[in-house]
Amino acid sequence: MSKVETVRSHQFDDTAQQHDASWTGMWVFLATEVMFFGGMFMGYILYRSDYSAAFASASNHLDVLLGSINTAVLICSSFTMALAVYSAQAGKRRALVSFLLLTMLLGVVFLGIKFSEYYFKFEEHLVPGSSFVYEERFARPAEIFFSFYFVMTGMHALHMIIGIGLLTYLVIKSLRGRFSLSYHTPVELIGLYWHFVDIVWIFLFPLLYLVGRHL
Amino acid sequence: MKAEPHISIRVYAVVFSVLIAFTLLTTGVAFIDLGGDLNTIAAITIAVCKALLVILYFMHVRYSDRLTWVFVGAGFFWLMILFTLTMSDALTRNWLVGPGSQ
Repeated sequence: MSKVETVRSHQFDDTAQQHDASWTGMWVFLATEVMFFGGMFMGYILYRSDYSAAFASASNHLDVLLGSINTAVLICSSFTMALAVYSAQAGKRRALVSFLLLTMLLGVVFLGIKFSEYYFKFEEHLVPGSSFVYEERFARPAEIFFSFYFVMTGMHALHMIIGIGLLTYLVIKSLRGRFSLSYHTPVELIGLYWHFVDIVWIFLFPLLYLVGRHL
Repeated sequence: MKAEPHISIRVYAVVFSVLIAFTLLTTGVAFIDLGGDLNTIAAITIAVCKALLVILYFMHVRYSDRLTWVFVGAGFFWLMILFTLTMSDALTRNWLVGPGSQ
């Protein structure tokens, strides 16, 4: 029990209360993250409703195979993250470290595929700016679509990079034996963050990659 | 709501399988012309189902206390305020007409 005492901050009655406060605080933070991404989704909805034909056309220039593979990779990483939290709650340290490393690996695979897609877009002159080339009639609104594509997937990728950093912190802490059956709150909270980033992609994938496939 | 391993690995595995199946479904359906706005509606519906599965099971919200539900609901509620008030304004005016619009 002495180990439990060392991780309890003095303002809390007990570790259960401390855990509940951390858990709720994380959800407050995620609510602000919903609003952060929500602003970008709002902009996307507005411009798509105005330029639906151009958005459908521009969407077909994204690689749907790479996009769906990345969706699957991210869902796999959420699964391994859930198993990491499960291992932490069961007090299995080796399983915890393995699942954390696996989650990081899948995160890196996602970013690798994402950045290779960016590279192809540069080659195809689909990056907004002076070198942007597109068929005349949709040129301007298609540039708007690709602005949304780069900003939204870019902010998502930034969250992934931060997430991988947080997972590195968890791996180091768990290798040092800082987590136990009674204390593993950081694993749960960073797990919530990772799942949230997965949810953002769950919406980005159909809204960016699948708009005009049926046309 | 204290963290206990209340969810079995089997439940996680089922949720994971359904999420992968939904990903295949949403990609497949996108190539079929359902007519009108049905393609968009199908894509959003599947995405919402996937998000709900992640929130309820992977993020343990189904087993969490009321306070957690309040914050999850607040995030969603304010997002809907943002979307509905903005679109109710934008869709009832006639601006931003240009090439590529319908």
